[in-house]
Amino acid sequence: MTGHSTYTPKSGFARWLERRLPILGFIHESFVAYPVPKNLNYLWTFGAILSFMLVAQIVTGIVLAMHYTPETTLAFDSIEHIMRDVNWGWALRYAHANGASMFFLAVYIHIFRGMYYGSYKEPREVLWILGVVIFILMMATGFLGYVLPWGQMSFWAATVITNLFTAIPYVGNSITTWLLGGYSVDNATLNRFFALHYLLPFVIVAVVGLHVWALHVTGQNNPTGVEVKDVEKETVPFTPYATLKDAVGLVIFVALFAWLTFFVPNYTGHPDNYIEANPLVTPPHIVPEWYFLPFYAILRAIPNKLVGVIALFASIFIVAALPWLDTSKVRSGVYRPAFKKFYWVFVFVSVGLGYLGAQPAEGVYLLAARILMAYYFLHFLVVLPLLGKYEKTLPEPRSIAASLGQAATEEKPHA
Amino acid sequence: MSNATKAEPNRRDILFLATGAAAGVAAGAAVWPLIAQMNPDASTLALASTELDISAIPEGQIVTVKWRGKPVFVRHRTKQEIEAAQNVPLVELPDPQADSARVKKAEWLVVVGVCTHLGCIPTGHEGEFHGWFCPCHGSTYDTSGRIRSGPAPSNLEVPDYAFLSDTKIKIG
Repeated sequence: MTGHSTYTPKSGFARWLERRLPILGFIHESFVAYPVPKNLNYLWTFGAILSFMLVAQIVTGIVLAMHYTPETTLAFDSIEHIMRDVNWGWALRYAHANGASMFFLAVYIHIFRGMYYGSYKEPREVLWILGVVIFILMMATGFLGYVLPWGQMSFWAATVITNLFTAIPYVGNSITTWLLGGYSVDNATLNRFFALHYLLPFVIVAVVGLHVWALHVTGQNNPTGVEVKDVEKETVPFTPYATLKDAVGLVIFVALFAWLTFFVPNYTGHPDNYIEANPLVTPPHIVPEWYFLPFYAILRAIPNKLVGVIALFASIFIVAALPWLDTSKVRSGVYRPAFKKFYWVFVFVSVGLGYLGAQPAEGVYLLAARILMAYYFLHFLVVLPLLGKYEKTLPEPRSIAASLGQAATEEKPHA
Repeated sequence: MSNATKAEPNRRDILFLATGAAAGVAAGAAVWPLIAQMNPDASTLALASTELDISAIPEGQIVTVKWRGKPVFVRHRTKQEIEAAQNVPLVELPDPQADSARVKKAEWLVVVGVCTHLGCIPTGHEGEFHGWFCPCHGSTYDTSGRIRSGPAPSNLEVPDYAFLSDTKIKIG
């Protein structure tokens, strides 16, 4: 999608800078002149929404870090200090906590968009894998951040998750002790979790840079799944079209974010996290934040400790293998009626696992979680490979222009 | 975009302007807390004033109290100390200031105990003028806390304070 630069510096200063560090041309090429398929829908605004949320979390996080104390006897109180004493502290804390939820909501929509429209398919495999890497980093960051308030849920989530590593044969206990900096979750753990929670978002920034670079090399996918053939007829410049569409999407998203933050700020949280951590009392229900629930359900569905841990990580890593598991020659789900049905079943299964992750791991809930987990893996390992081989697809349009009812400049048979 | 933007403003222009203005206001409202949070918080502001019971301070004694993280000297001055302070000709002072301008009641001197040179805490009842002497670089202050010799450029700062009663003062 990149040709030679269309940027001409307008001022003397711009010319001077452009000759020494062509950043203005780079920005122009990437975000002003960059050709964007003209048939994108609002699901394509979530990349910009995610970038905004990353910046929002970093900014609110750094500002909160000016007032937070990462020490076990002081951490919980420092959060209350932020809520009560710091100017606008209550707003910053709620914005950061609910921002994390919104960040994950956006990333799930973004991922499910990719799964529906085949955005992971050739030549976007690396783009997809980078996305999975970002998702994993987000989960690590979110987990580390949740420990910092040092409430009951913070402490016991840290205990449960760090105990996962004891499942590793032979070296498990040593690795866990090394992670904890001690024999249980304590001050050493809290302090290092704070350092890592501050670090990882910047690692995410770097991987997002690679992710956007990879995207700009291949160009965006679009709802038809048919690649751009005619830049003149089928694309529009990023600015003002995509810029403004992203802005509209962002405003609606931020409206939801603001409603959560200002009207029901503790809705997604767990009341037990307003109780200071007590290493000698386990809360009756240890539950992670909502965005981890599906994976939590998978972890608990398997009675064997090690296999449960493996299943947990496998359920995330398998998403990275999508480009190779989905064998269909047709990219977009729009033209794959059988795939569409299985896709929505998969969505239901994912949401169902999320619901079950919040229930006690017994009785009918456990049974349901096992069934849904089995389906989850079957979707990737069986359904998608077989679908590609045996499904009847609808004919794809010759081009994006054709799908919009406009004739392309050349009538070429679809390759 | 539209050719009409070159002619008189049309609806689209007005909408763009209004949206831009609204976005600007929203951005300002969002940024303001990020800046304001660095201002002193409620717990710091609560320590911004210190009350002190001065009834137990005998004549001649200097009491040091912490105020906003800094030492404040509260000196119950003797008659000689008051006279010495009042009788100094202003021309002799590197930082001329009458004693009457530095006290509310002559027998009570309240000054911030931080040397105006580089910030050390001067020692009371020391130095040629029997006020304070700063051991770091030799600045010498008199019984009104005024600089008399040494590298310090100005007199010891008199903070905002008030007598709540004859036995209690509030600093800050």
